[in-house]
Amino acid sequence: MAAKTVLTGTHFMNGDYACCEGAIAAGCRFFGGYPITPATEVAERMSSRLPDIGGIYIQMEDELASMAAVLGASWGGMKAMTSTSGPGFSLMMENIGLGICTETPCVVCNVQRAGPSTGLPTLVGQGDMMQARWGSHGHYEIIAVAPSSPQEMFDFTIRAFNLSEQYRLPVMIMADEVVGHMTEKVVIPPEDSIELVPRRRPAVPPEKFRPFKPDPDGVAPMASFGDGYRVHITGLTHDQRGYPVMDAIAQEDMVNRIVGKIRNNLDDIIRYETADMDDAEIAVVAYGIAARSARRAVREAREKGLRAGLLKLNTVWPFPEKLIRELAGNVHAMIMPEINYGQMVLELERCAAGRCTVRLVPHAGGSIHSPKTVLNAIETALKEA
Amino acid sequence: MGAKRGRKPALRHPQDDLLRTDRIPHIWCSGCGIGTVFSCVLSAIKKSGHPLDDVAMVSGIGCTGRMAGYVKLDSYHTTHGRAIPFATGLRLARPQGKILVCSGDGDLLAIGGNHFIHAARRNIDITVVCVNNFNYGMTGGQLAPSTPFNARTTTSPIGCPEEPFNFCHMAAASGAVYVARWTALHIRRLTDSISEALQKRGFSFVEVLSPCPTSFGRRNKMGKGLDIVKYYHDKSVIRNNIDPKEATLDFSTNLVVGKFVDIERPTFLDNYQLINKRELPAWPASTDKGAGKKAAGLV
Ligand code: SF4
Repeated sequence: MAAKTVLTGTHFMNGDYACCEGAIAAGCRFFGGYPITPATEVAERMSSRLPDIGGIYIQMEDELASMAAVLGASWGGMKAMTSTSGPGFSLMMENIGLGICTETPCVVCNVQRAGPSTGLPTLVGQGDMMQARWGSHGHYEIIAVAPSSPQEMFDFTIRAFNLSEQYRLPVMIMADEVVGHMTEKVVIPPEDSIELVPRRRPAVPPEKFRPFKPDPDGVAPMASFGDGYRVHITGLTHDQRGYPVMDAIAQEDMVNRIVGKIRNNLDDIIRYETADMDDAEIAVVAYGIAARSARRAVREAREKGLRAGLLKLNTVWPFPEKLIRELAGNVHAMIMPEINYGQMVLELERCAAGRCTVRLVPHAGGSIHSPKTVLNAIETALKEA
Repeated sequence: MGAKRGRKPALRHPQDDLLRTDRIPHIWCSGCGIGTVFSCVLSAIKKSGHPLDDVAMVSGIGCTGRMAGYVKLDSYHTTHGRAIPFATGLRLARPQGKILVCSGDGDLLAIGGNHFIHAARRNIDITVVCVNNFNYGMTGGQLAPSTPFNARTTTSPIGCPEEPFNFCHMAAASGAVYVARWTALHIRRLTDSISEALQKRGFSFVEVLSPCPTSFGRRNKMGKGLDIVKYYHDKSVIRNNIDPKEATLDFSTNLVVGKFVDIERPTFLDNYQLINKRELPAWPASTDKGAGKKAAGLV
């Protein structure tokens, strides 16, 4: 076990590998997955890294099993993750729902490729954004982060683990093929400077413990297999004891809890960055790899003297509703480039509520937006203003 | 619900320390075999002597899947078919203690069939108890991969046109280290088998032929629960140690029960640790190096 857990230093690394290093630095010691382009490199690196640091890599028979194994490992006391792409993400939805309902901390990295169906396995897409939000049945809230570089793959993966422990749910890393496969500088900080959220353990003895009785922030402590708490969990609607209760009152209680723990902590969860926004008339709102094209377009617009700015969403779910509402009153238009035919832009429109123009810069997938396309959209929006 | 909460049955059941008594009454129909099997499982857990805080039960969806809700252990009621992969993660994250997967035939071997064979192949250290009642009881009695040819169910109203699996043969062929089958009336043998299975390291499998009077029994005019389980018992012949391929369930002749497999094989974790010591010579063995080229006449 002489291998290093945290590879402190400066590296030249692809995004998929950086995701693994972020996970390991965050304490992840279980990976259950299934190979799929363009997320395979995550599984490959985990298979070579985990055995030497006391972790488990297992290649499951499919993505249904991968997600189920990740939940099991989390209840076994390990920080656990999986990675996948489009078709595998669809299969994982079933047990992502179980993870939501049983409030199981874990991380799912989706290195998005273009769909629908098998689509373009080796080429980029951002078409799973709504699936991340709504893909499993029933009503719930989710947390998803959207890295736009290998460095962010590292940083956001650590944050994804922290959020999953803090709020007890599967947290999604909505990466994409370009971010996964591009190689860039990745700085891994010293181990003791990485802040980690430990699992919240029961503070009362077993006879007093109610597995789903929340602390004041809406999240309940968690007892693992073998801790002596003899916890029952189920995907059925359940009460604070974890026992199934088949009625509308219990349903309301449970849904309020799993929704409320996210909705009541938005300021803690939501992260974004801005550039050139102070006097901006046009806000380019973007996430993931599309934010890189957007950043370049905004810079070129500024060089031309156009008042454009960038709002980069680092968390995409929950959607930064308050931020967008405020912003909508301060700009002429918001432009969103995304590699789909309009997903997150629907949220943007909803939150702008007619107070400014909202324009999608669509892309069907297979490549990323050229900055020129985004710049054209900025110029058009300014003309319309 | 409020009135039910905290209500305790007046009499103590000998298994009370293993039951979530605040969840009783259970949902199982009268005459159902699941309660009997559940009781055998609880006895076997006690008999095995493992500290109860160190035993977990995982189940999927269906009537049998509800066992996890009544047992006072760390108990995980998962999604349909996924009890085994959930248990796989649980097992690998925490190698100590025992993990039982208790679920029905449809859950484990239809929707969960792929997971079943792969967990057996990997020799994941879990004990799987399959209550086989030849149909999907909870949803009202539809055909399952266990439904006998020509038996009636709500989705084979004229007769089941499919041939069933032999679960024991499948488990053995996939690599299980322990395979047994009993009826729900073989109380002592069944309990012994489950506790033996719990002592094994690796993937152990116990199938129980169990009456579902409400769904399967009613469609096939088989009578009450007790009549059905007696019928299974009467039809059964014990053939210990035979090739599980020969351990057929033929209602026109007999239902073969017994212990069919009891072997040793390294578990997934044994092999994982072995491989990761990096002490094994590279595959293939050096004498075979270039074997493919030689065979092709290239060298
Ligand atoms: S439906 Fe059948 S299997 Fe289910 S509880 Fe009733 S008798 Fe038992």
